[in-house]
Amino acid sequence: MISKTGLKVALLGGMAAATLAGTASAETVRWGAPRDIVSLDPYSYGDSYTINFLNHIYEGLVRFDRDLQIEPALAESWEIISPTTWRFSLRKGVKFHNGSDFTAEDVLASLTRVSDESSPLKGNLPAYKSATVVDDHTIDIELTGAYPLLLNDLTNIHIFDKDWLVENNAEMPTDVSAGVEGYATFNTNGTGPFVLESRTPEAQTVLTVNEGWWDEPQHNLTRIEFQPVTSAATRVAALLSGEVDFVDSAPVQDLPRLSAAPNLKVLERTDLRTVMLGFNRRDELVAGGENPLNDLRVRQAMQLAVDMDLIQSRVMRGKSRNAGTLVAPSIPGYSEALDSVVAADPDKARALLAEAGYEDGFEFDFVCTNESYVNEEQFCQAIASMWSRIGLSPRLDIGPTAKQTPKRAGGKADVYTIGWATLPMLDTYSILVQMLHSKEGNSGVFNWGNWSYPEIDKLTQAASVELDREKRLSMETEALRIAKEEIVMMPLHQQPMAWAVSADFEDFPQFPDNKPRMWFVTR
Amino acid sequence: MLAFLIKRTANAIFVMLSVSFIAFMIFRFVGDPVELMLNEQATQAQRDALRAKLGLDDPFIVQFTTFVKNAAQGDFGISFRNQQDVLAMIAERFPATFELVIVATLISLVVGIPLGVITAIHRQRWYAETLQFTSIIGISLPSFVVGIGLILIFSVWLGWLPAFGRGETVDLGWWSTGLLTPSGRLSIILPALSLSLFQITLVMRLVRAEMLEVLRTDFIKFARARGIPARTIHFRHALHNCLMPVVTMTAMQIGGLIAFALVTETVFQWPGMGLLFIQAVTFVDVPIMAGYLCIVALIFVTLNALVDITYAVIDPRLRGADK
Repeated sequence: MISKTGLKVALLGGMAAATLAGTASAETVRWGAPRDIVSLDPYSYGDSYTINFLNHIYEGLVRFDRDLQIEPALAESWEIISPTTWRFSLRKGVKFHNGSDFTAEDVLASLTRVSDESSPLKGNLPAYKSATVVDDHTIDIELTGAYPLLLNDLTNIHIFDKDWLVENNAEMPTDVSAGVEGYATFNTNGTGPFVLESRTPEAQTVLTVNEGWWDEPQHNLTRIEFQPVTSAATRVAALLSGEVDFVDSAPVQDLPRLSAAPNLKVLERTDLRTVMLGFNRRDELVAGGENPLNDLRVRQAMQLAVDMDLIQSRVMRGKSRNAGTLVAPSIPGYSEALDSVVAADPDKARALLAEAGYEDGFEFDFVCTNESYVNEEQFCQAIASMWSRIGLSPRLDIGPTAKQTPKRAGGKADVYTIGWATLPMLDTYSILVQMLHSKEGNSGVFNWGNWSYPEIDKLTQAASVELDREKRLSMETEALRIAKEEIVMMPLHQQPMAWAVSADFEDFPQFPDNKPRMWFVTR
Repeated sequence: MLAFLIKRTANAIFVMLSVSFIAFMIFRFVGDPVELMLNEQATQAQRDALRAKLGLDDPFIVQFTTFVKNAAQGDFGISFRNQQDVLAMIAERFPATFELVIVATLISLVVGIPLGVITAIHRQRWYAETLQFTSIIGISLPSFVVGIGLILIFSVWLGWLPAFGRGETVDLGWWSTGLLTPSGRLSIILPALSLSLFQITLVMRLVRAEMLEVLRTDFIKFARARGIPARTIHFRHALHNCLMPVVTMTAMQIGGLIAFALVTETVFQWPGMGLLFIQAVTFVDVPIMAGYLCIVALIFVTLNALVDITYAVIDPRLRGADK
């Protein structure tokens, strides 16, 4: 009997505590996410969503500020001591969540881990050669060549505690092919503004504030409850019923309803990601026959045929921003002069086709996915019908990304959609080296159409070693100009992105890279 | 009996092998995991190296034999995406799915049986006909529509029940249960209801058909003649004779419910095996897909074998007969 009462009291006490927590929840964010993070190990999978979430727990040597400019984080300052060597002075007095001190050894261990052969994130630090510890709070990073974008890359390289890695046998990244789990997949120990409290995959990951954070917090949160809700309709319902108070992927069609709800506000803007079309430039079409897409006039005709204004107003419900160039305005290397959208002119398009000798059109494979980009299926259908209008015969092929990517990457597509946000680098160089450059060596991974423009290659290589920012950016802009003139890729638009939050947040900055950064949020 | 058991086991092994073979055939067409594992900045050489390392370039038959060899030892490898042991991930999510299925099954029995009896004994009445008619809607509405509808009514409008998740859970050894906490019990109502809707209809119609059959038999007529109250006749004597097929069907359907819970799990973000599988498909996480399909096939095969063996025990004619 007594024990029963005791239990009751304990239960009541628990409820009281829960109620108290309820009142204190003014500083809690319940985050309804479109998907779960894949792992607690930032070096596990090339997934920017996971890496950004883990940025609340782990930090890099440098970070992006509110305006996405690079600022010091775990490194206080840096200098280039030779074109291939950078010296970083590390911040003193920083402690990991387990209480151990942050030193240069930790940076070395982290850089070694991320650039290991078996690390899927090796590509995030392409120019890294080696690092040398100078003293406890100084480290030299040696690069394979002069490389201006080291800082951009370092924003995404999270720093681990060396002793913690060694103790738990996690100095090397988890090797999926070896079939052995890693400690860092389930545990964390960072320096960031939040500490991991618990994680149940697909259900909830809870972070609490790190009281001993080295930086002056700009946020006033005490707790983040990250809950994936995959189904968009359920996510919206959970927001409307007040079970979550932030959703970072609100479906475009539900925005009017969410805006109308009195306790919510909708944050909208266009994404950094530019959605574009690529062309097969091999000698033969996948659909068969000689490849007309190699004729600039044909590509011009295809661009003139597409009425982007119509797509913007009808398919994208006025929420997208039509693009004239291949990168968004806030990406370094962007030039306003290039960003003029080609107006639709079907008559001229037909004339150009006739001039090129294809007045009867030709058949080609147009490969789209149904979920990579906002309303992709619809805009692909619209574009296909606009091309039919000038006499072409696109064979539209729509499917899931996992299925379409091998086709696109394997040269089994004549025209295809692709989006590029230049993440995590945030510089035009990213699209130049990965997509526009000829496919050779480590360059042109996304050069799926197999084109080659020696001038673009030359400019890209020159930019990759140019340490003067202004000179480098003008080279990048010049490369974009050639790409526009030659219609290497045909830019479509920057797609809309929308977040919805509870109306009682004072400050909830929305970033064009679509990454929620809770360390700026106040409630 | 022994020969029967051996035959049954051999059958089960053959089914399992066929399932994994077909699954492997399908995996070749779902896409390339490497393109999704590496990010935008990975180079071509890194992509090729990873593909070779994961054995994705090996001939089909080599991949398949390696998989069968490991799977026979209970080793399904680790997930490409989460880097966790596949069997552990499935085991971690199994309790959620199992509880959901059991609660849904209970709901379907508790609601379905009385409804079946009522529609059978009041065959001509308007409410019995209405129930019959409504049950067609229950059977034909897709379960995601039902799920969203329930969320809209009970979470958004009324605010009574949570729209997603499993609430708080309590760990009992490796089994995590949501049935012991108030939030866990509230959370299971909507998904279980949405999963059981189809099942309710099925049970109701089955009970109704059986009841109509039994009510025509002689012993019921005798019971009536003896003046036993109608209530006792219907719910005690008649219903008892209907239950055998209902129990068999319910047991067989548990396997089906486990497999088809994935739609409900996706709608309600119920952290079970189905949700795991759906996400594995999106990211071409081959080890998880293979593991899940094998486990579900195993559940089906085991349930079937159990039912068969029970039947054989009950009915000696089945033991020697060639089926």
